[in-house]
Amino acid sequence: MSLRTEEGPYFGDFGGRFVPESLIAALDELSEAYELAKLDPEFTAELTDLLVNYVGRPSLITEVPRFAQHAGGARIILKREDLNHTGSHKINNVLGQALLTRRIGKTRVIAETGAGQHGVATATAAALFGLDCVVYMGEVDTERQALNVARMRLLGAEVIPVTAGSRTLKDAINEAMRDWVTNVEHTNYIFGTVAGPHPFPAMVRDFQKIIGEEARVQVLERTGALPTAVAACVGGGSNAIGIFHAFLDDTDVALYGFEAGGEGVDGPRHAATITKGKPGVLHGARSFMLQDEDGQTIESHSISAGLDYPGVGPEHSWLSDIGRAQYRPVTDADAMSALRLLSRTEGIIPAIESSHALAGALELGKELGPDAVILVNLSGRGDKDMETAGRYFDLIDAGAEQS
Amino acid sequence: MTTSTVASAIRTRVDAGSGALIGYLPVGFPSLGASVDAAVALVENGVDVLEMGLPYSDPVMDGPVIQAATQRALADGFRLRDGFTAVKAITEQVSAPVLIMTYWNPVVQYGVDRFADDLAAAGGAGLITPDLIPDEAAPWLSASERVGLDRVFLAAPSSTDARLHQAVEASRGFVYAVSTMGITGARSDVDAAARTLVARLRDAGATSTCVGIGISTAAQVREVLEYADGAIVGSALVKALAEGGIEAVGALAAELSSGTRIPA
Repeated sequence: MSLRTEEGPYFGDFGGRFVPESLIAALDELSEAYELAKLDPEFTAELTDLLVNYVGRPSLITEVPRFAQHAGGARIILKREDLNHTGSHKINNVLGQALLTRRIGKTRVIAETGAGQHGVATATAAALFGLDCVVYMGEVDTERQALNVARMRLLGAEVIPVTAGSRTLKDAINEAMRDWVTNVEHTNYIFGTVAGPHPFPAMVRDFQKIIGEEARVQVLERTGALPTAVAACVGGGSNAIGIFHAFLDDTDVALYGFEAGGEGVDGPRHAATITKGKPGVLHGARSFMLQDEDGQTIESHSISAGLDYPGVGPEHSWLSDIGRAQYRPVTDADAMSALRLLSRTEGIIPAIESSHALAGALELGKELGPDAVILVNLSGRGDKDMETAGRYFDLIDAGAEQS
Repeated sequence: MTTSTVASAIRTRVDAGSGALIGYLPVGFPSLGASVDAAVALVENGVDVLEMGLPYSDPVMDGPVIQAATQRALADGFRLRDGFTAVKAITEQVSAPVLIMTYWNPVVQYGVDRFADDLAAAGGAGLITPDLIPDEAAPWLSASERVGLDRVFLAAPSSTDARLHQAVEASRGFVYAVSTMGITGARSDVDAAARTLVARLRDAGATSTCVGIGISTAAQVREVLEYADGAIVGSALVKALAEGGIEAVGALAAELSSGTRIPA
């Protein structure tokens, strides 16, 4: 049976629509518009044109042999979503949803953002389509991703720092939902990941699955075979599902999602949702989540704002449940080491999010041996993270490390 | 099936010529004991049905006033079981029915059947579930049926006729008509959309419909009761409790309940 045909609202026991009734009409409207758009050649043509001529697709694959020397000799190939316009995979999804926004006649878009990549992508699309744009961002994240806040504002978006709760991505989603409930008549919510209520998990996946579809062909052309394993970082899980999806029915290709292990999954400061969480309901879907015994969401921690989320998309929970994909934690420290290693061996500065996948691939290479070919989704570039990296590696202050 | 005490309490007030006042307060704010005392004060000052909210980490339907109160309760160590303690303490002192308002995940983690049993044992009347639509509610429909608890689902101005029928069908006690598109919090005008929604719910077969969100004055209560069976007040009461304690929340309840009396 194909695993590629799941359309939601449920993925096994996961998914659904656990939202206030006030949002159901909007979700239904979006679902219907999307189902129609999928079948409309004009929509596909318009999106493809944007992906080619605006985003720069197809994105390259790059083999990284000097980096791979640290991975037990396995071959490592990167899918270069970092080269997309705006610097990450987020733009793939946003352009699709922005086109849909126009089709349903709404003039204002809202978005949540953690690292700021989805916010920047949404602000970019809003500028391109002439839509009003408000981005909700946890106050903690506005501080650690100040550069992306400036980018969004330059693009004409209003960035609202969210001061409720843990002041990170989960609270930004709550606030965006509240805005949507209030302004649903003229506002569309451009959701950034494969979590949330139906149709978001299936729709965002569909807009991101181009990553794996391209990479599958590219790796086949380059190596004559499918990769041994595919690796991606998982926060909400959009870049991971994007690169996994084309391979779901290739049972010989192992799929690995790397969650943010923060300061270590034996303590409380991590964001390893599938590794350490339990099924529950958060942000409109049933999925794995970090929670206490009363069902209160536990605040996550990761050095990477984009992975600092206590939930995960329902399709990942399902893929984990049926054993099709494995999910493992990677600590802040290991991710930062991988970030520096890729920078110094290959001249590519990855996002801290993507560095979790790189760190995972280094370990995976040692396990799988020198015959393995590991495809890694390099989901974003690291420019936005220079302040965090600068502080982490002591690169900025007087007397900073030089070698 | 047993008669819903909530529906009866509302019906009694409608038959007397106006309608019911339903008051919301969060459990555990400003403390567990004070939230019980405040709830009792509401009933003593004319509130007909109580809606006790369980503080939750991600309350997407709540505005700033209720968020601030429930976050404080969580920070002070609120536990889910405190909800049952509060319901028991309230129902021992007053006869007004007590509903629990809760987001869905805490119930799922506690166990839907276990939650229903413990709520019934504490003397609770049922649940209002703001982020649970009837489509996703199968375990709760059967648990509430088994134990005889009320279940209040929401209806919105944007709901289709088919969905209103579904909400009416699934609800027991009353249907919660969301007055306006938005989250909890006082508003100067209660939306005209509420009047239309209540009429549509009646057409869909509703016999007990209460309007909530944005209601904060006796005049608004009176206006809503012209067309609905009950008026729900939340944020205004929470604000009064936060600023002036039990005395203030009792006084506001007395003032609001004047809106349920037919002007001489």
